[in-house]
Amino acid sequence: MQHFLPHFPPQLWPPAASGMAAEIDAMFAAWSIVLFLLVAPVFAFMGYCAFKYRAGRDVDRSHREARNLTIEMSWMIIPFLISLVFFFWAGDVFLQEQTPPPDATVITAMGRQWMWKFQHPGGQWEINDLHVPVGQTIRVNIESQDVIHSLYVPALRLQQEAVPGRTTQLWFKADRVGAYRLFCSEFCGADHALMAGTLYVMSPTAYQAWLEHANNRPTLVSGGRQLFDGYGCSGCHTPGSATRAPWLAGIYGHVVPLQDGSTVIADDAYLRASILEPAKQIVAGYRPIMPSFAGAISDADLASLVAYIKSLSAGNEPAP
Amino acid sequence: MSPSDTTLRDLHVPTPVIDPPDDYLHVEQTLSSWIFTTDHKRIGLLYLVSITVFFLLGSIAAGLIRLSLIVPDGEIFSNDIYNRLFTLHGVIMVWFFLVPSIPNTLGNFLLPLMIGAKDVAFPKLNLLSWYVFVLGSLFTMFVMIWGGVDTGWTFYTPLSTEYADSYVIAAVLGVIVVGFSSILTGLNFMVTVHKLRAPGMTWFRMPLFVWSLYATSMILVLATPVLTIALILLFAERALGLAVFDPANGGDPVLFQHLFWFYSHPVVYVMVLPGMGVMSELITAFSCKRVFGYKFIAFSSLGIAAIGFFVWGHHMFYNGMSPYAGLTFSLMSFIVAVPSAIKVYNWAATIHKGAIRLDTPMLYAMSWIGLFVIGGVTGLMLASTALDGHVHDTYFVVAHFHYIMVGATVVAFLGGIHFWWPKITGRLYSEPWGRISAFLMFFGFNMTFFPQYLLGYMGMPRRYHVYPPSYQVLNVLSSAGATMLAVAYIFPMIYLIWSLWYGERAGDNPWEAKGLEWTTTSPPPKHNFHHMPVVDFEPYDYPNIAPEK
Repeated sequence: MQHFLPHFPPQLWPPAASGMAAEIDAMFAAWSIVLFLLVAPVFAFMGYCAFKYRAGRDVDRSHREARNLTIEMSWMIIPFLISLVFFFWAGDVFLQEQTPPPDATVITAMGRQWMWKFQHPGGQWEINDLHVPVGQTIRVNIESQDVIHSLYVPALRLQQEAVPGRTTQLWFKADRVGAYRLFCSEFCGADHALMAGTLYVMSPTAYQAWLEHANNRPTLVSGGRQLFDGYGCSGCHTPGSATRAPWLAGIYGHVVPLQDGSTVIADDAYLRASILEPAKQIVAGYRPIMPSFAGAISDADLASLVAYIKSLSAGNEPAP
Repeated sequence: MSPSDTTLRDLHVPTPVIDPPDDYLHVEQTLSSWIFTTDHKRIGLLYLVSITVFFLLGSIAAGLIRLSLIVPDGEIFSNDIYNRLFTLHGVIMVWFFLVPSIPNTLGNFLLPLMIGAKDVAFPKLNLLSWYVFVLGSLFTMFVMIWGGVDTGWTFYTPLSTEYADSYVIAAVLGVIVVGFSSILTGLNFMVTVHKLRAPGMTWFRMPLFVWSLYATSMILVLATPVLTIALILLFAERALGLAVFDPANGGDPVLFQHLFWFYSHPVVYVMVLPGMGVMSELITAFSCKRVFGYKFIAFSSLGIAAIGFFVWGHHMFYNGMSPYAGLTFSLMSFIVAVPSAIKVYNWAATIHKGAIRLDTPMLYAMSWIGLFVIGGVTGLMLASTALDGHVHDTYFVVAHFHYIMVGATVVAFLGGIHFWWPKITGRLYSEPWGRISAFLMFFGFNMTFFPQYLLGYMGMPRRYHVYPPSYQVLNVLSSAGATMLAVAYIFPMIYLIWSLWYGERAGDNPWEAKGLEWTTTSPPPKHNFHHMPVVDFEPYDYPNIAPEK
């Protein structure tokens, strides 16, 4: 229970990273004021009547009406017209959201149980995190490999579902450098809550540097170490992580007991197969929760990862 | 009391000689006289007992969800257990509690009494409807507790058809069966209102609760078959491999959402309309005043039922649906709010210049109005397309629909149970405990669900058992509120049951309320009235100036 002590100070308003987010905040604030104006009089009036006209109190109760067409039509129509302001305001912003400008940089997002894969125009890709340049219009084409997901960035006040069989899109122009949360908001199965990452809004130069860095091909082992983090392996395969998964240091070349009672030698083929089809050979004592990486990982990356896992000797802490 | 009775009392004779009771509770006492009864009042009580059990189970699941969310890292329950808990909570509360709550308990009990009938039109069908409900719901419960289902109550495809590794098929079969119970009840109520009104009981002399039940029945009969179809298609795809929703075989997963919400949005009005009907009865009785704008309230029930069928797309603005379809559904959602607003303002006007007694049912009624207005206007916020792009599928939605389903439906249910308890049982409950519980309900409810509006706007997605630590303070506050809410549910169960044996005898009309149900004895005789009632008075004909108390 490391988090039993609540996080102080509590966050009470989400950061806004785009002009559209600021407009949605304004709309929400205006709606809240209207909400107050519609609710407060009802509360006040009920309280007033409950006090003034309580049974047994000698007050003037004459001129009690059972109907009054003018009053009824007015409280039917006036609140409706006030609320229509928000229909038009929201509809206007909604249509803008649904119409991406033609000059946008296109990034592809692929949702699958339970990770996001983002691919940049230059071919660079990343898992769960998304790096974008500030001040530039970004269009994200969203697809799903399995179930319905939804790409949600609260700081952009935007979400869009990823629907298998079709491509949906979302666009934004972030105007504030920073790191913002990114979620899956449509329930997608067991680890729905872990399908989350970070949107990094960077200065154009930092973004360029990131793109080039992402292009660099490091040595197999050091590259594998980065991929171990990049694919999210380290989220579970680390001592003390919240999700229980086998710790891999020193596993190479040793005998691994499996759930079905058999054993297997952890060789290259086993490590490869366990990444691509983890559900096939489950280590005794663990649950089959790891998603399959088949199709999500290139052969080159697979080789790097296997090289990195081989390099870990027992007791060797992974490099940070 | 006759002089001879007084004499008997004075002589300390222990028990006065009274007639053997002939009310519906005491006329027969065998088990088979209950489980094979065709008396609408007894069937209402059978429903009351069954849905109370389901409500307890659903509340326990909710309590465990709130327990889990006290810590952000999901250490208390595993992801699978958490997902099964909220699916269990949703399925139970929607189909096994909220939909049947007011219509099948208070509605069953009161509809014939209120229109001066001996029973509903098809008493045996009424009993069949209870059996169908109990068998279907117990089957689904069994599947969900022993097997587990982790798709959420919405059963979205293709998660439910291809990817979920749980007992979806069996759970869905139970829900399909329960749907037939809704259809039978709706049919029964509609025919009853058309054919069995007492002499003189014209349409515009009916209590507004009856109007709301009529509108509810229309929705049940028209919408439930669409759910049945959607779930049968889901069943066919998952069990038989028929491609309907699978895009790899030319299907469309969004089709399921359309079919599902075509039922599931109107069914929100199945939950709310009967509560609105209860409100009209409580507010007039405790204001001792004729309702303001009877016809507006009556027709607004029908308006909600009709327009409610054209708003389902507001659950789907961001799934790739055409933006113009989105705008149309948004506009329809703004329009459906109009009849609800009419009711709220008319009730406020009814209180004006009444003679107001703040007894327990009235406290529930007043908190209903406040909570419903908040839930309703935040619903309009969600119907505002672009704003929904931020708060859709977050805790803002969770807060909104709990304000409607708990703040409105459960509060109305409790208010109604307290109001008609003396009629149903012939006993009075403890008024101070009733008031304490009503206050606890109001504060506990707001403490539980208001923080969820803030969490939603801050961007916490729903159905997350692990969440960023910055959301923890509000989650802890919400869980603390849930404990108060739990007490507010437990108290009435205790003092109401206690009153069955120890409560003071109620008399025919303890609230001095109007309406045919108060003209018969408490509890009513087996066939409701000793003499066939003839209606020659207007609804809610409270005296022009309230009597002094």
